[in-house]
Amino acid sequence: MSALNIKKGSSSHSAYELRDPNGDLIESHTLAVVVDNESGVLARVIGLFSGRGYNIDSLTVAEVDHEGHLSRITVVTRGTPPVIAQIKAQLDRLVPVHEVHDLTAEGPSVQRELALFKVAGRGEARIEALRLAEIFRANVVDSTLESFVFEMTGTPEKIDAFADLMRPLGLREIARTGVAALARGA
Amino acid sequence: MRQMTGARMVVQALKDQGVEVVFGYPGGAVLPIYDEIFQQNDIKHILVRHEQGAVHMAEGYARSTGKPGVALVTSGPGATNAVTGLTDALMDSIPLIVISGQVPTFMIGTDGFQEADTVGITRPCTKMNWLVKDTAKLAETLHQAFHVATHGRPGPVLIDIPKDVQFATADYTPREAAKVSHYQPRVRGDEALIAKLVDLIETAERPVFYTGGGVINSGRTASTLLRDLVAETDFPITSTLMGLGSYPASGKNWLGMLGMHGLYEANLAMHGCDVMINIGARFDDRITGRIKDFSPHSKKVHIDIDPSSINKVVRVDVGIVGDVTLVLEEVLRQWRARGSKTNRAALPKWWAQITEWRAVKCLTYKNSSTVIKPQYALERLEALTKGMDRYITTEVGQHQMWAAQFLGFEDPHRWMTSGGLGTMGYGLPASIGVQVAHPDALVINVAGEASWLMNMQEMGTAMQFRAPVKQFILNNERLGMVRQWQELLHGERYSSSWSEALPDFVKLAEAFGCKGIRIDDPADLDEAIKEMLAYNGPVIFDCRVEKHENCFPMIPSGKPHNEMLLGDADTQGVIGAKGAVLV
Repeated sequence: MSALNIKKGSSSHSAYELRDPNGDLIESHTLAVVVDNESGVLARVIGLFSGRGYNIDSLTVAEVDHEGHLSRITVVTRGTPPVIAQIKAQLDRLVPVHEVHDLTAEGPSVQRELALFKVAGRGEARIEALRLAEIFRANVVDSTLESFVFEMTGTPEKIDAFADLMRPLGLREIARTGVAALARGA
Repeated sequence: MRQMTGARMVVQALKDQGVEVVFGYPGGAVLPIYDEIFQQNDIKHILVRHEQGAVHMAEGYARSTGKPGVALVTSGPGATNAVTGLTDALMDSIPLIVISGQVPTFMIGTDGFQEADTVGITRPCTKMNWLVKDTAKLAETLHQAFHVATHGRPGPVLIDIPKDVQFATADYTPREAAKVSHYQPRVRGDEALIAKLVDLIETAERPVFYTGGGVINSGRTASTLLRDLVAETDFPITSTLMGLGSYPASGKNWLGMLGMHGLYEANLAMHGCDVMINIGARFDDRITGRIKDFSPHSKKVHIDIDPSSINKVVRVDVGIVGDVTLVLEEVLRQWRARGSKTNRAALPKWWAQITEWRAVKCLTYKNSSTVIKPQYALERLEALTKGMDRYITTEVGQHQMWAAQFLGFEDPHRWMTSGGLGTMGYGLPASIGVQVAHPDALVINVAGEASWLMNMQEMGTAMQFRAPVKQFILNNERLGMVRQWQELLHGERYSSSWSEALPDFVKLAEAFGCKGIRIDDPADLDEAIKEMLAYNGPVIFDCRVEKHENCFPMIPSGKPHNEMLLGDADTQGVIGAKGAVLV
């Protein structure tokens, strides 16, 4: 609400109640949404988030069942527990949505993201970048005399950590896929 | 399998789905479909004067019959003009099938003539929409559209059909052969949760039923079950604007409508109850007022077919997802099996309290012998049409609230109003849609002059199709509700809230070829209403009323239910700055 510059405890500039009673209890949840792979379905999901004011921290989508024409959307979102519940209910009522799973709430899950890092440099910095990449188990997928492209798969936190280390060593660009996630166990 | 063109498939699928009437307007991108309509007699086409009118007519048809309404519009402006009606139907959960033409598939994306991204524009204002690029999939999609519009929480759907898809030929998929949709929302309530509701029914000291449009959408059986439940428990019942008629206004447990302009006894019962049983309503902000102070001491039960409605606005103690009919059946079954018990020691005290609130007679207004008070006009309309086969539509504003307060509805599907979206211009076209569905019934649109002007072109439709709709215009030459808020909240600065340069409604009626009646003397009112009712054709009834009447009771914005205003006595300064913004 701070974005709207509204004093705490005041609703005098809005047509509606603006104070979120659970404003301090923001949680991050990873949702897996199985949808019909048809045109417009991604727009429908994204439109739901923007239209109702929900956050998207990360979003990935790809077809996972070619014969069944099903795609899996993995979305990382933030909100208070009632907002998260509402997001799930709103997703679930979309006609092309088959299943909604809250991987954060339903038990342990595996979350992975793939990232590519372009790091340019010479001398010590270059050697240090390569050494750190080995520690992080990042692969070199492109190399010139002045640059590397590293490929790394890991949790978003690991990718953030590697990016922080690469920044002083000549990090030029990052490309990230966003999170893909599955529940652990059968 | 029968081969046919896409255009013929549209007409065939509508026939297979039992459609009798389509409201529409032709244009380049739907010409093949119009050609097919021309060559058959099973489906009647009502030519409207503006696509917004077509969608509101389809809504009026749907709301008054319980069947889905169908509208047909062309590409581009035809589709964009349908957006308000689609949004209206989405907010009020009205099943509609809107078919739009589109430029040929190979032209999509080229900014072709009358091209618009119709599925993009209508995605947020439909329950579901489809752009059909292959004739072979068209019939299946049309059947799917009917399924989606009418199952679960009803709503509008749109099918966008490019012109080449209408011309091309493919196998027709009959309704029975269409594949079963995965969209099968839960309709049966959880029995354990229903048992919790029954516990509360048995022990409640101060219960209230709070019902909404969901009871009406669930079908006539839902209203019957509701009446049984109310009669057998002897609990008081109130309803939202959308739910009027599911319990009869003449019923002894009826408290009247609740909400911002609801009745004193209804709102105080909501505030003071210990068990609130919400059946098919959605805790709209016009109902709850300030959430923090909304019915602070009650256990709340919410029955809704849409899981996202539960705990969306108000946290409830028991949330039951299901269709009202099936849930009420199960509630009655369990409660009767357990001996039909209620807290008979406490209920008389609750009713005594309600009787006290009723004695306030919150709808009292100061009548006049020189000026027609809008409330009086509606009281007379009610008295003179009582017992008739009557359907009422409204526009949006003060007149709408007065109509809800002063007209009584004995049955569901008799009251068609724009609740969620609050669409001025809804009532006239909706009244035509109702009349088309019920040709011999009395259909009255209670209107304000400002709302009515927004879609007055549809009088042409009423004339062409001999729909004898009665346009009962409470003409105060003001945007009454806007004016009321300006009086109460904005220092009586009436910014743009009066209607200047109004047409002469009697001459306007004559120009359309129907009857016009103007009245400004209360003494002549009854005769004028009788003249309107007796006329065999559309009537524009220009009822000149008090210009500065305010609509009460009223819960000032930002106030809880127990701080409602009853009349003109003291309205100054009642609404603080915090409330002003909630309007």
